[in-house]
Amino acid sequence: MNIKHDILIVGAGLAGLRAAVECVGQADVAVVSKVFPTRSHSGAAQGGITASLGNEEEDQWEWHLFDTVKGSDYLGDQDAIEIMVRDASRVIYELEHMGVPFSRTPEGKIAQRNFGGHTRDFGKKPVKRACYAADRTGRVVLDTLYDQCLRHQIKFYPENYLLSLVFDEKRCAGVATYDLTTGELHFIQAKAVLLATGGCGRLYKTTSNGFASTGDGMSLAFRSGIPLQDMEFVQFHPTGLYPLGILASEAARGEGGVLRNRLGERFMERYAPTVKDLAARDVVSRAILTEIRERRGIGAKDYVHLDLTHLGEEKIEKRLWEIASFVRIYLGIDPVYDPIPVQPTCHYIMGGIPTDLDGRVLINENGSIAPGLYAAGECACVSVHGANRLGCNSLLDLLVFGRRSGLTMKRDILQYEAPILSNGSTRSVDSKIRGLLNHQGREKCDSVRKEMQTVMMEYGSVFRNEEGLKKGLEGIRSLKERYKDIGVSDKKKAFNYELMEAIELGHQLDLSEAILASALHRRESRGAHWREDFPQRADRYYLKHSLVFPTPRGPEVRYKPVKITRFQPEARVY
Amino acid sequence: MLVKLKIFRFDPEKDEKLYYQTYEVEADPMDRLLDCLNRIRWEQDPTLSFRMSCGHGVCGSDGMRINGVCGLACQKLVRSFKEEVLIEPLPVFKVVKDLVVDLGPFFEKYHSIKPYLITQTPPSDTERKQSPGEHERFEEAIRCILCACCTASCPVNQNKETENYVGPAALVRAFRYLFDSRDEASEERMDLLDHKDRAWGCETLWKCTEVCPKEIPVTQQIGQIKKRIYEAKHEG
Repeated sequence: MNIKHDILIVGAGLAGLRAAVECVGQADVAVVSKVFPTRSHSGAAQGGITASLGNEEEDQWEWHLFDTVKGSDYLGDQDAIEIMVRDASRVIYELEHMGVPFSRTPEGKIAQRNFGGHTRDFGKKPVKRACYAADRTGRVVLDTLYDQCLRHQIKFYPENYLLSLVFDEKRCAGVATYDLTTGELHFIQAKAVLLATGGCGRLYKTTSNGFASTGDGMSLAFRSGIPLQDMEFVQFHPTGLYPLGILASEAARGEGGVLRNRLGERFMERYAPTVKDLAARDVVSRAILTEIRERRGIGAKDYVHLDLTHLGEEKIEKRLWEIASFVRIYLGIDPVYDPIPVQPTCHYIMGGIPTDLDGRVLINENGSIAPGLYAAGECACVSVHGANRLGCNSLLDLLVFGRRSGLTMKRDILQYEAPILSNGSTRSVDSKIRGLLNHQGREKCDSVRKEMQTVMMEYGSVFRNEEGLKKGLEGIRSLKERYKDIGVSDKKKAFNYELMEAIELGHQLDLSEAILASALHRRESRGAHWREDFPQRADRYYLKHSLVFPTPRGPEVRYKPVKITRFQPEARVY
Repeated sequence: MLVKLKIFRFDPEKDEKLYYQTYEVEADPMDRLLDCLNRIRWEQDPTLSFRMSCGHGVCGSDGMRINGVCGLACQKLVRSFKEEVLIEPLPVFKVVKDLVVDLGPFFEKYHSIKPYLITQTPPSDTERKQSPGEHERFEEAIRCILCACCTASCPVNQNKETENYVGPAALVRAFRYLFDSRDEASEERMDLLDHKDRAWGCETLWKCTEVCPKEIPVTQQIGQIKKRIYEAKHEG
């Protein structure tokens, strides 16, 4: 089916929905999503959204700016971060006015809690900056934005899987999708296309991410010749439930929970003497894995304890209901009485499709744009998170830059005429699908995917070194060879998840390679990228963003400068 | 341990009628039922279709009928089943393929109760105030993940004669806005809810409350809507 819209948004998480709400009424806007919109992974965000409202104690946006820059290990672009933190209060009030049911202070204001890396007075002590709705913040914001979309009758194409970005001679002219519900291919023309397709945590064996987080949007941009920025920076959240990797929000520590090793020791005191358990995520994840490596994990296994037992039942039930429920269901223990086994879990990718401050996709280190193509949210890299994202800054990023992308698209489409799609581009998608279905491949998705996830976990997770990264690249390249012989045995059209997963796997392998290649080239340790063979940060050589380009010889890594405005790099101690 | 699953199958592209297929999978007692379904799909039979996304009871994708009771496959652990596990699609909705049902009508009904905050007073420059007590009134309702387990379990929705009933999930969201102190449309909402296919459709059969994966006191909340409508009428 051929469909036309002015603005097409791919992805119905918070970035996509916020952009849609911005455009409605002023342009013909539609949203494509591979899952039903309310199933988007933004809904799994638990802890909150940061803003220096100062509802609980004094706070200032300058402190939020500093914390974010420091959290990013000085790799975040400070102009972008300043835009984000200065817009934060407006974002929160806007959500509240839309109806988001935030938890409240006794005076009836929006309640705020502590979160890792967020401090007062430039690092002196933790500050309550995260606005929250118990531990289901992402879910209630997603529901509220979805309800706004319903109210404004925004057109959705749910369960439509993005197959390709279609370009005419001048610009991005639309997308091709596979309609899971019917098996049909759709070609959706648009004057502006926003990628808000989320992250790629499913590259790793242990992850907090949903099954849909396979990085399709990032990979399709990459295949279209667009570089990916800072892909070596992959965040491992310190507290995934052991062994599933399900997220136990930092809110647990924000509310007073502490991490303990086999000896019962509150080990974060040694790694981050000032803020302890509320240090940035990269720091805490490395600390946990160091404890485990030095045999202070629990019962000779690969986990430590997250101890909430001193918080009391009332606080746990009120503020951490979801987490408590996950612990009871998946571990069969009660966090009111039992410490929770946790391990770092792949959570978020700081890197992604490079954009300018208004969501326009950048195609090189000189700042040239890809006309008609925009990106926001986890799939994008603007870059506000640099080498390590602080907790609760992601929802803020989604809402600030989702809105800005919407504003920009509304303006930009006025100068664009409706594109004309050539048959060539649409035919190629059709033949690719047919190729996959007709190929009698011997390889199975499941085994290739499992091996990929093991390789990424082994060589591309928290601790890295040259030898391992090279082995990892070799491993991924041999899996890419095997992928050429992938077989799809289900030949039917509708709800062919095997077909979708085969396509996803191709994206995952490309992204794995991009991540490992970027990591191999950065011979320093910064934020979430820790090189055992180069354990120092090397500002002289690497205070710069990586850009990995697709070339016929494989990924090629180049660099571009970081924007530094107020804060010069200093040693990063918590 | 070896788990036996007897699964409802139907593919309109090839099947004239539904049938059940039994699979055996090796599983750890702490594995989720969803893990077993995925293992079947990945290792034995890729044609099996079901929805899933987050895998931990937040997105609401994998609602299905498990041994006759609606629930989320990602919230059930293998160890809680002794015999063969019977897996069927959610009742009430039309089966699209295997365990995938058409939730279109579910979301239409949801949409019909005006699931958004309605206000006339222009907001101030900051937040609208709401006391913790006012927030608490509807706090349990915001746990809803729209998985449709409650509506699928409701005997009123299951009965063809009363299938127009909006169902418990829509009413939970109606409750959430009706009892939100910031909302200024309670009269409009009560007019809408005061109908045999809305609040009065509920026959207080508690099935919704029994199955809710997020432990929302659904029936009680619908009861509070009814009480509020009743009181408003009798005060006026």
